[in-house]
Amino acid sequence: MKVLVAVKRVIDYNVKIRVKADNTGVETANVKMSMNPFDEIAVEEAIRLKEKGAATEIIAFSAGAAQCQETIRTALAMGADRGVLVQTDAELQPLAVAKLLKAVVDKEKPGLVILGKQAIDDDSNQTGQMLAALLGWSQGTFANKVAIADGSAEVKREVDGGLENIRIKLPAVITTDLRLNEPRYASLPNIMKAKKKPIETLAPEALGVDVAPRLKVLKVEEPPKRKAGIKVKTVAELVDKLRNEAGVI
Amino acid sequence: MAILVVAAHDGKSVRTNVANAVAAASRLGGEVHVLVAGQNAGEAAKSAAAIQGVAKVLQAEDAAYANWVAEDIAPLVAKLAANYSHVVMAADSVGKNIAPRVAALLDVAQVSEAIKIEAPDTFVRPIYAGNAMATVQSSDKIKVVTIRPTNFKAAPAGGSAAIEQIGGDGAKGLAAYVGAELSKSERPELTSAKIVVSGGRGLASGENFKLLESLADKLGAGLGASRAAVDAGYVPNDYQVGQTGKVVAPDLYIAVGISGAIQHLAGMKDSKTIVAINKDEEAPIFQVADYGIVGDLFQIVPELTAAVGKK
Repeated sequence: MKVLVAVKRVIDYNVKIRVKADNTGVETANVKMSMNPFDEIAVEEAIRLKEKGAATEIIAFSAGAAQCQETIRTALAMGADRGVLVQTDAELQPLAVAKLLKAVVDKEKPGLVILGKQAIDDDSNQTGQMLAALLGWSQGTFANKVAIADGSAEVKREVDGGLENIRIKLPAVITTDLRLNEPRYASLPNIMKAKKKPIETLAPEALGVDVAPRLKVLKVEEPPKRKAGIKVKTVAELVDKLRNEAGVI
Repeated sequence: MAILVVAAHDGKSVRTNVANAVAAASRLGGEVHVLVAGQNAGEAAKSAAAIQGVAKVLQAEDAAYANWVAEDIAPLVAKLAANYSHVVMAADSVGKNIAPRVAALLDVAQVSEAIKIEAPDTFVRPIYAGNAMATVQSSDKIKVVTIRPTNFKAAPAGGSAAIEQIGGDGAKGLAAYVGAELSKSERPELTSAKIVVSGGRGLASGENFKLLESLADKLGAGLGASRAAVDAGYVPNDYQVGQTGKVVAPDLYIAVGISGAIQHLAGMKDSKTIVAINKDEEAPIFQVADYGIVGDLFQIVPELTAAVGKK
């Protein structure tokens, strides 16, 4: 079974983001970029499936600017076999990415697609579910544990207040939650080896996908700042403030 | 055109956040209808009909809808959506699972976790874990929106909407619900709790979280943790509040022994009132706290637990 994993290039999670002065977006120039942390978990899960013999080949997919090659290289260094980059400088929204993924799935025919549950830049949490809908496949979202057996997957999902177990038919789309695994670091020899692994570059037009955004971003602003409050000296003073000033207890 | 709110429920009543979704839907300029899909969902449908602002409840009875399998519910919602201007769901684990599937079936974008409605086609939503706010305008004919419940005051009870029975379309056979392992905790769920008590590395051990449990129980609070505390193995991962964990916005958030890394602040800074207890007076958490108290948490927390009990 082939496994396709989707990886997104995002601002590194340790970077404190800055909103652009003209309110058109977030500053990305000269900012450290990395693979979306949830996608690292997706890549790790695919590699573990291969190590267990459930997967035969891992294809790392990304969409966006030429620099997304680096993100694919990271996946290749972790253990993916080859990459597919849909290269475009256009703004890509989840529905468009899901359509690009579907086009690549139609070509590559994987038995499983694994994605992060959300990207830490736009926080949409949509692409996996949309892809599953477009393909008419089942979906195992917010996966905490995945077991593949006999044409189906048992997925333990993180839901409000606990965990839910579902059985989904393959082929399927799985989206990862934090607890699914702990991604490995790429070793230096594997980073060197990854440089030789192939990455195919495609254009959205070649896949017949219209990627025009459906949501127009009118503005991006700083959130209202919280003011630092006061320091209290005693617990009695704190309880009094909570009860009589804030009225929250 | 009318607005369709899709309600999650437990068979007896719709989730409390459905009233928040109805409140949001009421600002979109049309009649509000609520879909209650399920098996033996009569009581849940009645609870939806009792929310003020609801004009009609659609009850879809089908065994296939018993456990919120997205593959079966989404096609029903997408079919109904043809007669609506908007589909609205609360951004909980049910809404997040189903809404994007509905949107893709309709070939429309989805707006995730709207916190404010500027116009029927324009929404404000947090990006970068709330470190920026994007105002987005949808050009699609049908708008599929999930709303963050904490940002919309729940519609009050007192409605008496008619309940219309609609049929179901059966199971697609793509996915089956096997079971659930719900946390046994009597404490409220983190994302919907009115008060949250969270602990960080300052607790120094999992054993010491018992201190916070006593305080949380006294306050009827949910219990959370920083990533540092989770990574140190003090508590399970589902306690984590932050950019890659849960985003909470309770009335009161009490951060105990949490320094206040950006990733943690991203998950709790929308809380109405924030209290920080930390021995380091330079800790960044104090920059967002309304009330800070510098000192030894092992002394302060038991004192606080004792004090909040007394009126």
